[in-house]
Amino acid sequence: MDVSYNWLKELVDVPVSPEELADKVSVTGIEVPGIVRPDAGLKNIVIGHVESVKAHPDSDHLRICQVDVGEEELRQIICGAPNVAAGQTVIVAMPGARIKDNVKIKKGKIRGEISNGMLCALQEIGFSDSIAPKKYSDGIYVFSEALKPGSDALEALGMHDAILDFDITPNRADTLGMRGAAWEVGATYGNKPHFDDAPVVEGATPADSLLSVSVDDAKDAPSYNLRIVRNVKIGDSPLWLQKRLWNAGIRPLNNIVDITNYIMIYFGQPMHAFDYDKVAGHKVQVRRARAGESLTTLDGNDHELVRDDIVIADADKAIGLAGVMGGLNSEITKDTTTVVFESALFNHANVRKTAQRYNLRSQASSRFEKGIDQSNIGLALDTASRLASELAGGDVAKGVLTATSVSGAPVVIDIKLSRINHVLGTELSAKAVADIFDRLGFGVTTKDEDGDTIYTVSVPARRWDISIVPDLIEEVARLYGYDKLPSTLPESTLTVGVLNPTQSRIRRSRKLLEAAGLDQAITYALRGGNDNEHFALETSSRTALAWPMTVDHQDLRENLVMGLLDAVRYNGKRGETDVALYEQGRVFIRSTDQKRPAEHEYLAGVLTGNLVPSNWQHGAKKVDFFVAKGIVEHLLEDFNLAGTVTYAAKDLDGAMHPGQSASIYLDGQRIGLVGRLHPAYEAQNDLPETFIFELNLEPLFVAARGDKTAIPAPKFPSMTRDIAILISDKVSNAEILDVINSVGGKYLQNVQLFDVYTGNKLPAHTKSLAYTLTYLNPEATLTEETVENAFGEVKSALQAQLDAQIR
Amino acid sequence: MSLQDRLLALKQENQKRIEESKELGDLDKIRVNLLGKKGPITEVLRGMRDLEASERPKVGAFANAVRDELKEAIEQQKKVLEQQEIAAKLAKETVDVTLPGSPVRTGTPHILQQTIDDLEDFFMGMGYQVVDGYEVEEDHYNFEMLNIPADHPARDMQDTFYIDQQLLMRTQTSASQARTLEHHDFAKGPLKMVSPGRVYRRDTDDATHSHQFHQMEGLVIDKHITMADLKGTLLAMAKHVLGAERKIRLRPSYFPFTEPSVEVDISCFKCGGAGCSVCKYSGWIEVLGAGMVHPNVLTAAGVDPEVYGGFAFGVGPDRLAMLKYGVDDIRAFYTNDVRFLEQFQTEG
Repeated sequence: MDVSYNWLKELVDVPVSPEELADKVSVTGIEVPGIVRPDAGLKNIVIGHVESVKAHPDSDHLRICQVDVGEEELRQIICGAPNVAAGQTVIVAMPGARIKDNVKIKKGKIRGEISNGMLCALQEIGFSDSIAPKKYSDGIYVFSEALKPGSDALEALGMHDAILDFDITPNRADTLGMRGAAWEVGATYGNKPHFDDAPVVEGATPADSLLSVSVDDAKDAPSYNLRIVRNVKIGDSPLWLQKRLWNAGIRPLNNIVDITNYIMIYFGQPMHAFDYDKVAGHKVQVRRARAGESLTTLDGNDHELVRDDIVIADADKAIGLAGVMGGLNSEITKDTTTVVFESALFNHANVRKTAQRYNLRSQASSRFEKGIDQSNIGLALDTASRLASELAGGDVAKGVLTATSVSGAPVVIDIKLSRINHVLGTELSAKAVADIFDRLGFGVTTKDEDGDTIYTVSVPARRWDISIVPDLIEEVARLYGYDKLPSTLPESTLTVGVLNPTQSRIRRSRKLLEAAGLDQAITYALRGGNDNEHFALETSSRTALAWPMTVDHQDLRENLVMGLLDAVRYNGKRGETDVALYEQGRVFIRSTDQKRPAEHEYLAGVLTGNLVPSNWQHGAKKVDFFVAKGIVEHLLEDFNLAGTVTYAAKDLDGAMHPGQSASIYLDGQRIGLVGRLHPAYEAQNDLPETFIFELNLEPLFVAARGDKTAIPAPKFPSMTRDIAILISDKVSNAEILDVINSVGGKYLQNVQLFDVYTGNKLPAHTKSLAYTLTYLNPEATLTEETVENAFGEVKSALQAQLDAQIR
Repeated sequence: MSLQDRLLALKQENQKRIEESKELGDLDKIRVNLLGKKGPITEVLRGMRDLEASERPKVGAFANAVRDELKEAIEQQKKVLEQQEIAAKLAKETVDVTLPGSPVRTGTPHILQQTIDDLEDFFMGMGYQVVDGYEVEEDHYNFEMLNIPADHPARDMQDTFYIDQQLLMRTQTSASQARTLEHHDFAKGPLKMVSPGRVYRRDTDDATHSHQFHQMEGLVIDKHITMADLKGTLLAMAKHVLGAERKIRLRPSYFPFTEPSVEVDISCFKCGGAGCSVCKYSGWIEVLGAGMVHPNVLTAAGVDPEVYGGFAFGVGPDRLAMLKYGVDDIRAFYTNDVRFLEQFQTEG
């Protein structure tokens, strides 16, 4: 809401400058993010009276005007506006004047004729196209009344003002009218506003003899009131009214329409005016739109209406969308003589949906959406009718046509002083609180009870946001001043603030991955339609948004890998080819019989290029399967799982390299995957050689943990034996380890692979592996003989079971 | 030449050789040659047989003295040579200390994560628990329980990603407020919680909007929680996150689930409140919304608003990080350019 400082000062005593007012109101009530001064940068612009106009001898369109600007002699000014004519009162920028965009006006000659100034359009002195009257859009602005030549034109146009931008929260729509704004500013400074409300003078003809009115459903229009004004003469509004409108950002149109807009910004009550003679059957009905009904609104657009739309209708057809916009078929035109003014309250939800449906959000609809002062609906209607009679010479018919009405009665709330101080943490006195209620214009009576003060507060309907005790506490708090509230910390029973085991585990896993060199990424959880095709660890039905914004973000993710692959591509395009990222977050897993997906914590990583770049000492360390697997092993070891983790090249995703990928199992349950993307997949998706891993953390959170009882450091030395074997390349390391461990004996502590060799020096289809076996007896020193025997068992088992050759 | 003269000559000659020796090996050879059984001193001593018995002890003592002196000289020279050898070895091992050290590759936590962890730690230190809410939430908890009725503008299809009539992507972490309130047993003590996480809005992504961002909800409910406690808590948070000199300012605002509701400004950390481009020359930066929990929210969760009350606040880690680190495009948090991510390696 654009609030004119000058207008505000007419309604309430404002003891401070616009800037101070903006700062103060921002911390006590309504945020004022900006102030606009319409006269900023303008100077030396005066009123002129065009005495004569003649053609320019050297131009088709230029005219030579003699203009009275209050000097002894007339001033010659060349003007190109087609509408310039003798007798007009106009805006003159004098030589030396500054107009819009800091343009300086100079004396000069235009095609040989002297020009001592410039006649201006409103846009040339800073008006936006959206508020300058359309009537003068092709020429200079012409005042609708005579003004003293040479006087300050900016003053006449109301431009020596400061327009405060009241950026209201939805609950403070009471300040969407100047009266409400005046109450708010008054309460801030302890001053009561004053309004000059004059009674409307009615004629003899009863309104109900001219028109009948009905409302189908009072829920649609809880209050619906009309007045009829006859014999109006449509014309320009007086300057005082035009100024009010354009300083509120509204374009003046004609006196009747301007009055409805003026009432809206003065009372906050949206109004509408119909041309009585276009109301068929002289019957107005508020009803729902009928099937197939359509309406052309005032903006010239056609709308196919739906049943949810509340319409104003005459005997035949819809003539307006209630609270949103009138119909073109009942528009006020220059030929209108009888006007029907409407002042009503419409259902906010319907107004909102209709305005949204037809893209017709307006100052009127937004006021109905947020609420209006139910005690002023009648006064607004009376004031509009009175102004129509004063400004357009109309006769107001006798009586108001009321189909429905609301009481507009105050809301009465009892509140204890102790409650206020309890909630705010203050020690306000009984009087201080009573004063605040009084400043707000609320009726208040007090009574003392058990050392406490009980206020009975009567809240007028103009503050419809207030209905319960906390609402009143807020009023007290903001007007007392939040800056005066003490700053304390809650005093209550001590509580324990620690992460739960799952949260700790997630944090720890993140730290481990970062220590391993991976940056944390955060990607989008809403994915494109194909993004759940691969990398699933659990079967899930698709969970989709009902109404997505874009196809790229329409489904809930079921894996974390796709987001990370986006990041690889994004970085690759920017020349970053060494990328090591992980993400920890949720995937959304849904079985077909569930509506709501389960949210499972996952962890995934991508690696491409070099994990460590080359430097002057060492070459780069390129990522490969074993780098990725090493990270996963490191991570899983940290869980200290009691169960067994295994890696097997099975249950593989089609997007993964069949020879360099593994599923990860915890006691046989698939909990993850690790490996390289399929080269074909990489090629199709514009990806480099990329290694990924993904883990479902949920089974890991609940998996049994290993024993944590301390084991003393060994007192006796261990012994080692190395073994190198030549074996078929079909036999996996895991199989060999199984054999070694199964026959290793009770002193075998550890088996460490230290060499793998495949190459053409070996017989075809074989490989050579070498292991160090470590033996330890915690109770005694091992003898050579014991170790030799145990080692011998291993050798024979490998030969017998796996056909290994000991080398 | 007498034996003594021979010994003297031997001494002088060998002392010079010892001093001139350059390597430990050479010195050792001298030692073996000189002091060994076949060495010249032994040989001289053999000549004592020809001396008078009375002369023998004198010459013998002299010979021993010469041997000791030479021994000593060898020891001295050995130390010198050893020092030289160490010095040479060190010289050989000397590196250019201005060459870069071997790189230690560690990853960087995401700056939003750092911001969230920091807030979590701060509030845990004051006894708050960290609650993980659902990202897919029921309309009931995201809106209804928070005093946002069915026809409220905040529930527009426009702004919310609905999955079906009942389910949606949560638009605010406040949703976990209602859930926690419902289950909390106040007989066991007050409720103090923060709930961080992703939220979703039906926005077109641009520099200042993201369809996915983060929030952290805070909630404290007990019998004697005041608005002054809210102010004190947020002031402490502001000082923790943005510096000890920070001040806060509360301004009236509106949220359906709090009454009174306030917008919280923090004095600009860049200019200290004097006015700069970060605070748009106001000295204040708007960072979060807060208020006293609306009685309808408590009632809906089965908590008696006559007995219990408290405050709630919602802070945006994305906004906080953008302000604190001067990030001018929110999309930078989600595109994961490693050059952007890795700059936050060091503690801010």
